[in-house]
Amino acid sequence: MNPGTTTLGGFGARLVVWLPYAWLVVFFLVPFLIVLKISLSQTAIALPPYVPVLDPSAGWDGIRTFLAGLGLDNYATLFSDEIYGLSYLKSLKIAAVSTAILLAIGYPLAYGMARAPRRLQSMLVMLVILPFWTSFLIRVYAWINILQSDGLLNRVLQVLHLIDAPVAWLASDTAIYIGIVYSYLPFMVLPLYATLEKMDFTLLEAAADLGARPAAAFWRITVPLSLPGIAAGALLCFIPITGEFVIPDLLGGSDSLMIGQTLWTEFFANKDWPVASAIAVVLLILLVGPILVYQHLQMRNVEAGG
Amino acid sequence: MRRDFAPWADPNARPLVRFEAVTKRFAGVTAVDRLSLDIYAGEFFALLGPSGCGKTTLLRMLAGFETPDEGAIRLGSDDIGRVPPYRRPVNMMFQSYALFPHLTVADNIAFGLRQERLPRQTIEARVAELMTLTRLDGLERRKPHQLSGGQRQRVALARSLAKRPKVLLLDEPLAALDKKLREETQFELMDLQDRLGTTFVIVTHDQEEAMTVAHRIAVMNQGRLAQVAPPRELYEHPASRWVAGFIGDVNLLDGVILAADPSGLVIEGRGGLRYRAAAGAEFKAGQDVTLALRPEKLRIARQQPDNASENCVAGRVHDIAYLGDISLYRVLLGSGTGMMTASVANASRLADRSIDWADQVWLSWEPDAAVVLTQ
Repeated sequence: MNPGTTTLGGFGARLVVWLPYAWLVVFFLVPFLIVLKISLSQTAIALPPYVPVLDPSAGWDGIRTFLAGLGLDNYATLFSDEIYGLSYLKSLKIAAVSTAILLAIGYPLAYGMARAPRRLQSMLVMLVILPFWTSFLIRVYAWINILQSDGLLNRVLQVLHLIDAPVAWLASDTAIYIGIVYSYLPFMVLPLYATLEKMDFTLLEAAADLGARPAAAFWRITVPLSLPGIAAGALLCFIPITGEFVIPDLLGGSDSLMIGQTLWTEFFANKDWPVASAIAVVLLILLVGPILVYQHLQMRNVEAGG
Repeated sequence: MRRDFAPWADPNARPLVRFEAVTKRFAGVTAVDRLSLDIYAGEFFALLGPSGCGKTTLLRMLAGFETPDEGAIRLGSDDIGRVPPYRRPVNMMFQSYALFPHLTVADNIAFGLRQERLPRQTIEARVAELMTLTRLDGLERRKPHQLSGGQRQRVALARSLAKRPKVLLLDEPLAALDKKLREETQFELMDLQDRLGTTFVIVTHDQEEAMTVAHRIAVMNQGRLAQVAPPRELYEHPASRWVAGFIGDVNLLDGVILAADPSGLVIEGRGGLRYRAAAGAEFKAGQDVTLALRPEKLRIARQQPDNASENCVAGRVHDIAYLGDISLYRVLLGSGTGMMTASVANASRLADRSIDWADQVWLSWEPDAAVVLTQ
């Protein structure tokens, strides 16, 4: 073998490995450190609206004053005022319930797609991702139209005599759930479909042959084998829903806020960058948990050979 | 036990499995066509045929994965045609093995027993017994992907035997193994079936495999039974040209019966050739028949035999295939009636080949070597 090629191959291989790391450092780690630094600062009427700001021209003294100006006050604020805690709880609750609803709707959908005739499957996948062709904002606005008091939903329900007077769907948690479940369904269906589509359905025949009724075969074979898809779909939904801002802002009420809205308020309405940054840092820490769970499941899946 | 085992020949024997005029269609295509078949307890029964002949559909109907459109399938005296697979005392070993990838070897084998909610000790004891039976000891904790092909095959076998089925169905069970392992496993399967006494029904497209393992073979063609017989009878007395051609190699010679009497048949073939064959009650003069001759029943010689007026054809060697144990000679017949194949055992090592390409040769045979076919 030509040693020149080997060296080049080694360099290429190393580049391929380091490129994603470099990407993460530039676009994730550095911004995160900036946010972390701001979360330790104090708010100020200045530009930028916080102190201290590192002044490199002041040398060692500058660094010392800069470090002395940092503190955990903003985190203390998060724990002293219950509005933040309630926002986190509400976000986690909405994310958890939505994910459960998404799983309940998405699993049968994905299962049906995976068992549909081969020639139909690519078209069904197409239909699932079709909503992405329209802007996300427009689709959420469309829901305002559907859910308002003289909107489509109320009119249909009235025609069917299911309700006598229009129901105030908007500005409620119900509207948030409707909007979130509608918007995130493809993120649940696609990973589930990807695992179910790979599943060998002869295994269900084998289970039936060995005495398992359809329900038993589903719980003992299909569900365990689709666990990676369930985990991927649940995390792909749960994590962004927790930080969701647009849907609760457009469809939800003003009585209680999700953490994304609270963060927005601190940042834009109150111009309190440090507290907003602290909210973001705590949210990130909260979401690292489920990511680690997912990592663990993935590793187990890789070890299981597929 | 194998020697005198022939319940199909006993008019008083009651079959364990009985297909009664079963028809199955898929989107207008008839896969199984008014088929009736009896399988007896303790039999090792093979369904053999080309792909698409309906043998797998027949097996899947017995397992319960397909329901017959017409007719009945009886197990003992019950009609099981519409009983779902999870309520049948029948288990199947799948061609792909269909092992549960997320379960260990022991859990795969125990799967069926757990469905019956048997006590834990009973399940553990049965699993241990099966692991020993199929030589899987020490592999309890492995997952299917950590096993070799042969080991996976044995796990699938153990799993399908776990519930002591009345009938074990084997769908091309050895197709995924390489030739040597497949031959070993065929003998293991026979041995296992003999020891357990369970009725085995195997589907295969490999006639050697069917002839090795089975007591009786059903040869299927286009959804119907072409012949059901023990391997020897199938080979020596094929019922039709199609069966003769499907089972092993065969030379077919067309002709017309000139005379039929108890001493034998005299047949005139193409080119005025005369054949003599063993008599049969069903033949009469003037009938069109086909002689089926196995290559190993032909003699090949460079000199014209003494009695060349009957059962002898002349030709020129067109091809020689050396196969180790035998050599095949393809002979182009001088009468222009086509090609015949003769096989000769290579009895001695390094013997000079006395017959070579393009040699003029004579093929001859004994009158009882030929099977006279009318279909």
